[in-house]
Parts: sequence; C-alpha cells; structure tokens
Amino acid sequence: MRGRPGRAEALAGILLSLPAGLSYLLLLLMPTLAAVLLAFTDYELGAPTIAWIGLGNFEELLEDPGFRVSLRNTLVYVGIVAPVSIAGALGLALLIESAARGRTLFRAVFFLPVVSLPVAMATAWQYLLHPTIGPVNAFLRDIGLSGPAWLTSSDTVLLSLAFIGIWEAIGFNLVLFMAGLTAIPRELHHAAEVDGVPSAWERFRLVTWPLLGPTTLFVVTITLIRAVRTFDSVAVLTQGGPNRASEVLLYTMYTEGFTFFRLGYSAAITLVFLVIVLALMLLQTRVLDRRVHYG
Amino acid sequence: MAEPRRSPWPEAVRLLVLGTLGLLFLMPYLWMVSASLKPLDEIFRASLSLIPEGGGTLRNYLRVLSEVPVLHYLWNGVVVCAGILFFQLLFAVPAGYAIAKLNFPGREWMFGAVMLGLLVPYHVPALPLYVAFSWMGILNTYASLILPSVISVFAIFLFRQFFKALPDELIHAARIDGMGELSIVWRVILPNALPAATAFAIFSVVAHWNDLFWPLIAVTGHDRATPALAILYYRSEEAGDDFGALMAASVIMTAPLVVAFLVAQRRFVEGIATTGLKG
Repeated sequence: MRGRPGRAEALAGILLSLPAGLSYLLLLLMPTLAAVLLAFTDYELGAPTIAWIGLGNFEELLEDPGFRVSLRNTLVYVGIVAPVSIAGALGLALLIESAARGRTLFRAVFFLPVVSLPVAMATAWQYLLHPTIGPVNAFLRDIGLSGPAWLTSSDTVLLSLAFIGIWEAIGFNLVLFMAGLTAIPRELHHAAEVDGVPSAWERFRLVTWPLLGPTTLFVVTITLIRAVRTFDSVAVLTQGGPNRASEVLLYTMYTEGFTFFRLGYSAAITLVFLVIVLALMLLQTRVLDRRVHYG
Repeated sequence: MAEPRRSPWPEAVRLLVLGTLGLLFLMPYLWMVSASLKPLDEIFRASLSLIPEGGGTLRNYLRVLSEVPVLHYLWNGVVVCAGILFFQLLFAVPAGYAIAKLNFPGREWMFGAVMLGLLVPYHVPALPLYVAFSWMGILNTYASLILPSVISVFAIFLFRQFFKALPDELIHAARIDGMGELSIVWRVILPNALPAATAFAIFSVVAHWNDLFWPLIAVTGHDRATPALAILYYRSEEAGDDFGALMAASVIMTAPLVVAFLVAQRRFVEGIATTGLKG
C-alpha cells in the first residue's frame, strides 16, 4: 500500500463521482424542485411577473372539468390496460414456457412492439382502424357488421387506445414473466407431482404462483406506472379528442404547459402525476415487505 | 435452455393458440408493409388482400425519399442516442465504481440521491428544463435533446450493483501494478462490466430512439427532428391521408431498431429483462 491510502481513496471517490453529482444537481434535482415550486405559482411563459398563489392551482384543478375528465380517463385506461396486459402476459408466458418448440420465435413476435417506434406504430393503427378504408372495418363489413369510427367516436376512442396500449405492454411483461419462470427450479414441479399433486392447475397454484410472487408484484407496479404515463398514442392519434374523450394526465400536462404556456398550472398537474407514481412505488415496497416472502 | 417442464396441454393446442395470437399481434406490421407497397387507389378500395395487386409498387418509398430528408432524420436519431449513451456511461460508470468500491465522504449521500432520483419520472423536470433551455437559447439543438438525459441515476444504480459483485482483488492487483483510479475504471472495471453495459446500452437506445415526449417539447422544425417527430411532421405536412406514403415512412423509421432486434434478439430480451426496473 502506498502512503495515506485513505485520503487518496477519498479524493479519487469524490473526483470520480463529481461529473455525475454535478449533472444530477443541475439536470435532475434542481429542475424537479423547481417544478414543485412552480406548481404553487401563476407563472406563464413570457409573462412579466410571477406570483406565489399557494394552493391556487390545485383549487383550480379541482374545479376544472377538463382535468377531472383527464384524471378519470387515465384511471379507466390504466384499469383496462394493466389487468389485461398482466394476465395476458402471464398466460402467454406459461404457454410458451411449457414446451420447447417455437419458444424463441413466439417470444420475439410478442416482444416486437416493445422495440418498434411508437409513433410509427400508432400511424399503422390509425390506418388499421380507419372507419372507411381500414382493414378492421373492411373485415367487419365482409361478415355483415358495421364497425364504429374507432378513434374518432367518443364512445370507442378510449377503448381503442387501451387496446393499442395492451398490444404495446404485453411483450414487455411477457419477457419479465418468462425470466421469473425460468428462475423457478424444475425439481419443485417434479416434487409436487411425486407428492401427489396431479393436476397442472394445482401445481400452478401451489408451486408456480407463490414463487412467481415477487416477479408479479414487480410487473404489476411497472405496468401501472407505464400506463399512467401514456402519452405517445394520444399525442399522435387523438390529441385528447374528440371532445376530451381521450384526454389523459400527461397529455393535459403537455397542452397546458407547452401549448398554452400556463407553466404553473401545468406544474401542478405534473405534481399530481408524480404523487400517483410515488404512491404506486410506495405500495410496491409495502407489499414487498409484508406479503411476498417465501423463505 | 434446460429440458422444459411437462406440458399440461397438447402441443398442437399450444401451437395453434400461440400461432393465432402471434399472427394477430403481427397484423399492424403486415398491414403497414402491405399498404406501403400499394398504390393509393388500391388502398382506398379497402380490399382485404395483404398482397398488393400486380406485385406492388415502390412508388410510396420513392415519394418519401424524394419529399423528406429521411437520412437526415435517421442521422439525428443516431446522434441523439449516441450522444446520450456516451455521456450516460461517461458519468455513471465512474460514479457507480466510486459508490461501490471506494470510501469517501458523501458516499452515503450519493447513494441516497441515486435512490431518490429513481423515483422521479423524466416528465417531472421537463417544464423547468424547457424554461431554462429557452432562456439559454439552446432549444432546437442537439444539446437540448441530449442534455436532459445525460444523467441516468438508473445507470449509476445498475453499475453500482454490478461492481459490488466484482472481487476486490481485481482492483488491488491493478493498484499494485501502479494504475490510477481513473484507468482502473476504464481499463479494469468496464471490460468486466460489459454484460451490464450492453444491457444498459440497449435499454437506453430503445428508450431514446422511441421517445416522443421530450423531442416534441425541445424541437420545432425539421432541422433537429428525430425519427419520431419526422413521422408526425410528415403526416401533418405532406402525406395527410395518403396512407401508402405514410406507411412507407413508418416502415423506414421503424426498421433500424427492429432489424437490430431481429439480429441480436437474445441480447435485447436479456437487456430489457435486466433493466425492466426503470421501464
């Protein structure tokens, strides 16, 4: 050892973490704190003055029908996308993992949307779901049904966006579930069989499901968060319309902030968004501490 | 892969279900490519044939290539993704090493800050960053697209976990050989951390190539438009309801990542599975 290794090491540690520390401060911590502060002001881009208005923005949010619709739509969207994409991915993962043939191929097929440019795929969906020239409605016409205007009718727009959301999310969840399944020792299944658990469903209920607990919890949290921050498909396909029927939280935040330049108000929406995300993460830690131990 | 479990359902049923669902999943791709090869009047007839009459046409692609600077947009995407990844690694690898292996004052603080940062979605600092960039006059530049992402707390976290598992002897040996800490980071630690670095690189490139939210905020106009923005502009300015041309543009902008994925499928899946954490 060289002389004074402690001080040399301390100096090296500080210098090596300095670039990360500085950029963290400037590009993450300070802007985040600024966003929080901004939420309590009436700041508008280009306005000569800025005033502290306390909870003013939040009071306005409570009375803003547009925001209420946006929040409700977000909940409906998450309420459809999360359960279907999680259960669907689990089912697909079990089906794919149960035998060797085609495993890599099917995983690739379902995973493809994860690596595909969402804006491009949204335009593909726009064509697919087009009321007159779209293949979906052309097919429905062939079998004697008349399909709705999927993305331009307020009755179906949120459902259509949720369907696209499921299509995008399933492959991601599938890969996480498949990783979780591979980690379960196969001997356990054999042991259960030897111990007289003959039905596949019972083996799933007694062995696979409990051992998959941590993976499932993780998938649930990440899917909820990803669904809460849905933005691309709305921005490309509907701009929140028709008549706010597909307005979601992040899109409202975007239009208030970057179209109307009401930055204070937009920051308040951002804060609501942040609180929802933090609550979901807190929920995950809580459940993780209590329930999913199998030791 | 080890020998699979005993299947609870007949193989034929399994293949039939997976095959049908798989085909449904591929529908957007099949129709996107099909429409990109059809002339406009055929698209408007809304026939249910995936295969274009008369073998199809490349006119849509030629139209896109002649109307918009496709290569320029793709280049913008490459510059932004490469720039982001370069700085993320440049900042996160040394920091991850320092937090994992070195004793220095403030180390606990650093780690706490990283954990705190993991909780904040990147949409939250966007408003103040926009105001700051606008004030500095750097909107519509590569810098404005790259800067907000150069610090990845997730990368620091990932590398810290990975470096903690590396044996201390490796570092001691390098120190005895007279190496400084900086060269230890790049010449000893990083080569040993290639699996983590690859996984993170895939995660980072996929995330930023596909991102729309921040480019939509930081950029107006074609000069610095990323592939995602390019499609949005093309639809509103040139293609309109011409789905053939629009689908051709979509195919071109989607192809680079999809081809990369098909070539290195296993790495992509592993990369996303190990970094799934941050989504």
